[in-house]
Amino acid sequence: MIVQTLIKPGEYRDSVALMLIARELTALPGVADVSVVMGTPANKAVLAQAGLLNDAANAATPNDLLIAVKAKDDAAARAALHKAQELLAQRAASPQIGSAARPRTLRAALRATPGANLAIVSVAGQYAAAQAWDALRAGLHVLLFSDHVAVEDEIALKEYARDQGLLLMGPGAGTALINGVGLGFANAVPRGNIGIVAAAGTGLQEVSTLIAKAGAGITQGIGTGGRDVSERVGGIMMLEGLRALQADPKTRVIVIVSKLPAPSVTEKILAQVGTSDKPTVLALMSNLSLRGAIFATKQSPIREVEIASHKTLAMTARDLREAAALAVALSRGESVNAARKKLAAEDRALAIKARALRRKLNARQRYARGLYSGGTLCEETMRIWQASLGAVWSNAPLDPKFKLPDSNQSRRHTVVDLGEEEFTIGRPHPMIDNSVRVKRLLQEARDPSVAVIALDVVIGYGAHPDPAAELGAAIAEAKAIARKRGRELIVVASVTGTENDPQSLSRQTIALKKAGTIVLESNAVVAKFASCIVG
Amino acid sequence: MKLESFDRQLTVINVGLETFAESVRAQGVEVVDVDFRPSPYDAPRLYRTRAGVDIEAANAEAVRRIASGKAVLVGLGIARDVIPGMRDQMILHAGPPITWDRMCGPVRGAIIGACLYEGWAQSPDDAAQLAAGVGAQLVGVQLGGAQLVGAQLIAPLRFEPCHHHHAVGPMAGIISPSMPVWIIENAAFGNRAFCTLNEGLGKVLRFGAFAPEVIEKLKWMETTLYPALDRAVRSMDGGVDIKNLIAQALYMGDECHNRNKAGTSLFLRAIAPALARTCGDRETIARVIEFIDRNDHFFLNLSMPAAKALTEPAEGIEGATIVTTMARNGTDFGIRIAGLPGQWFVAPAGRVKGLYFPGFTEADANPDMGDSTITETAGFGGMAMAGAPAIVKFVGGVPQDALDATLEMYDICATEHNTFLIPALNFRGAPLGIDVRRVVETGISPRLNTGIAHKEPGIGQVGAGLLRAPIECFVAAFEEMRPTTDDR
Repeated sequence: MIVQTLIKPGEYRDSVALMLIARELTALPGVADVSVVMGTPANKAVLAQAGLLNDAANAATPNDLLIAVKAKDDAAARAALHKAQELLAQRAASPQIGSAARPRTLRAALRATPGANLAIVSVAGQYAAAQAWDALRAGLHVLLFSDHVAVEDEIALKEYARDQGLLLMGPGAGTALINGVGLGFANAVPRGNIGIVAAAGTGLQEVSTLIAKAGAGITQGIGTGGRDVSERVGGIMMLEGLRALQADPKTRVIVIVSKLPAPSVTEKILAQVGTSDKPTVLALMSNLSLRGAIFATKQSPIREVEIASHKTLAMTARDLREAAALAVALSRGESVNAARKKLAAEDRALAIKARALRRKLNARQRYARGLYSGGTLCEETMRIWQASLGAVWSNAPLDPKFKLPDSNQSRRHTVVDLGEEEFTIGRPHPMIDNSVRVKRLLQEARDPSVAVIALDVVIGYGAHPDPAAELGAAIAEAKAIARKRGRELIVVASVTGTENDPQSLSRQTIALKKAGTIVLESNAVVAKFASCIVG
Repeated sequence: MKLESFDRQLTVINVGLETFAESVRAQGVEVVDVDFRPSPYDAPRLYRTRAGVDIEAANAEAVRRIASGKAVLVGLGIARDVIPGMRDQMILHAGPPITWDRMCGPVRGAIIGACLYEGWAQSPDDAAQLAAGVGAQLVGVQLGGAQLVGAQLIAPLRFEPCHHHHAVGPMAGIISPSMPVWIIENAAFGNRAFCTLNEGLGKVLRFGAFAPEVIEKLKWMETTLYPALDRAVRSMDGGVDIKNLIAQALYMGDECHNRNKAGTSLFLRAIAPALARTCGDRETIARVIEFIDRNDHFFLNLSMPAAKALTEPAEGIEGATIVTTMARNGTDFGIRIAGLPGQWFVAPAGRVKGLYFPGFTEADANPDMGDSTITETAGFGGMAMAGAPAIVKFVGGVPQDALDATLEMYDICATEHNTFLIPALNFRGAPLGIDVRRVVETGISPRLNTGIAHKEPGIGQVGAGLLRAPIECFVAAFEEMRPTTDDR
């Protein structure tokens, strides 16, 4: 047995705290006895009795903290003294106290909760970058929901995050699924083996919920914010997210969701996809095939990978529904072609149903209208209608030629993104409050040229607690308005959500159906169905 | 890319929309919801100074020095012998520099008292005349050096802040050359700090009283109390570790600024045996013990110079935005920061909210006064309110208010103290190192605990209470540090 001591001059701790430390040290292997006390004569006398007082300990003053360890060998004694220093340095978090004491800064919150590892920032744009900096500098991943963050700030934040191995999701990232937790506008999706990285928030919600509806699940859903895939930002987080999923052992299949990236960014994404042997589905919201995209990327190494070998199984999906279906098939090791065939069969059945409904309409009812709360879903519908119907007017059109002169007045085939800023200044987003959409729905119902109205209903965390109640009443009224004028109005919608969402997928679906809505499985199907009615 | 948190439980901090915090909480995840409010001063983040110094690193060094310092009472001395730069005809006062014409009543009263105590004047009128002459000279009127006061020729008085001489003083903070002072040594950095001995409550010099009994008591302190205590302290091997006593007192319900019951008891316990051994006269021992025992604030004049000794080593760290001085002279409130040690940032002293002794009201109160806010600067006092719930009675509060007060201070401080711990907050360290950047960012100004002096000289203490430091000082210091471009 040997005795070793450590004296911390001038360090004071309450005796109860010291006894707790002593108890913990005594439990260490090879340690026979421990005393952690202030160096008062009385304490030293007790130490002497216990055979713990050596010359060094005897020199301690009443103002010194004295740690004495009796152990079987030098190594055990040293380990105990080391542990003692560690315990003395430890700081406890303060208990949760009433809401009156909420911290005013992220730094103070972090001190009270040292284990925090992710920050959600949704303050007004001009303050958002500073908050994101605080979080990143403290080593936290960030979901930056705020808009109106300068692109220079976005680049600087993302470069810093990348160098620190952190995620900076956003700005303008509304959705993320991290470790099974839905952040921002997100859905209660089960865990699984499909990872998603998305530069499109509702795109992430749609794909993840379609995967859930098919009985599969998600590892991580990383949002990047829409501007990430622009030329200037260069896809910094898209690439980092992709790398993270490629490295994540739980992720078997990767889905990339984005509006069409800048060509240089597409090239980088494809190059990164080619570095991993994980099957990857690209839903780039474009009509390009992957081969077309590869062709466009000139000397990208993926061409060789894709063409010369089947090592990297990369494929494009035409829409979000196909992306989800392909990912689910891949995740189960099932045939991708079979999955595609199944979708085609569903499409055919849908077309027959649409044609049957069409007979109820009069000859003047020729146009489709889409009233959307989700930007990505809005764009998906525009792309599908553009392919089948031609020109599609919008406040956020694919082709600037078809920008509505007045966003409040539809023309021919029109899709309106009600989440655009012009509709949300001073008002809540349509995912939270449908009043603008309800008004517009009734307005479209009075238009004799309208045959069908397509809607998205996005539920989940952050969304309206019961959108079907609000929308259902409006849909019933819209149909009544049309009927009073001697015509039928078709309303078709999909619910982006899951059964476990607070609003419940089935409850929303039933309420919408009761109001006379045709509720379909996905937004892509809704768009196709509507286009069959007027096409 | 290391995304190790993929394997870790998520713990979220939410800054912004409360619904996001609620929905994360609904998923069973721990979330802290920050009560974000934009800076009322529209201030950019400062990460580097104009010269490119990393402020964060400079501040870390500043608080490291403050936290790692020692504060040991090594003895006592007479001001003129031990305080560096102290000269005959010099009077030190609390707070930032000030001239006689702008001094408040209690400070003038205390200066009159000091003149009587030193024998520079025979009557209060003579003393005021002497002091006023000097004041006029300081504001630029040439009186030609010495002047005739009463019947004798007196050299002009010189007023300087205690803080310019490594000293601090409560309330008026008057130190004249013959006064005995405590000597606190910071052995870790080799600097010393000084403070007079606390006179007790009632009519006392620090509140501007100068009646004959006030002067008599000061004389007793000089001739009886001082030698007895000095002998006792010097006989104690290694002196008395005041930092350690502060840490213990914080465990016992003191915050060592406005409540010093435990600290005073601990000090008395520490010194009593040495006093008994070194003082031959039983009656003197009894009177010394009685004097300390009857003054719950006796320890304040030890906790203050301890704070001063602890904070001074942080002065002069380039780029540091940590406050090293907060002090008031009853007219102005001034701060100094570690990166700009010679510069005072000054705003009008605030009004104290508090409880008044019978017969007095807020109308009688002098604005905030004294160097005692050095305690908040050093990481106790108002910073450690959570450890002293009894104090909230001054403003009719409840113990929860004391907890909230300390929790709020974490928002504006650089770190937590490693020795001054707060049991009620699960032994978290008290907030340490007021950072002017965070004060300006949050609009939260430091909370102060203080006594209230009557605005007229000679009356004394009329109450005690709480207030906040005027934020303008911090904004001015921030502006001084702010670079021309926003550099991260």
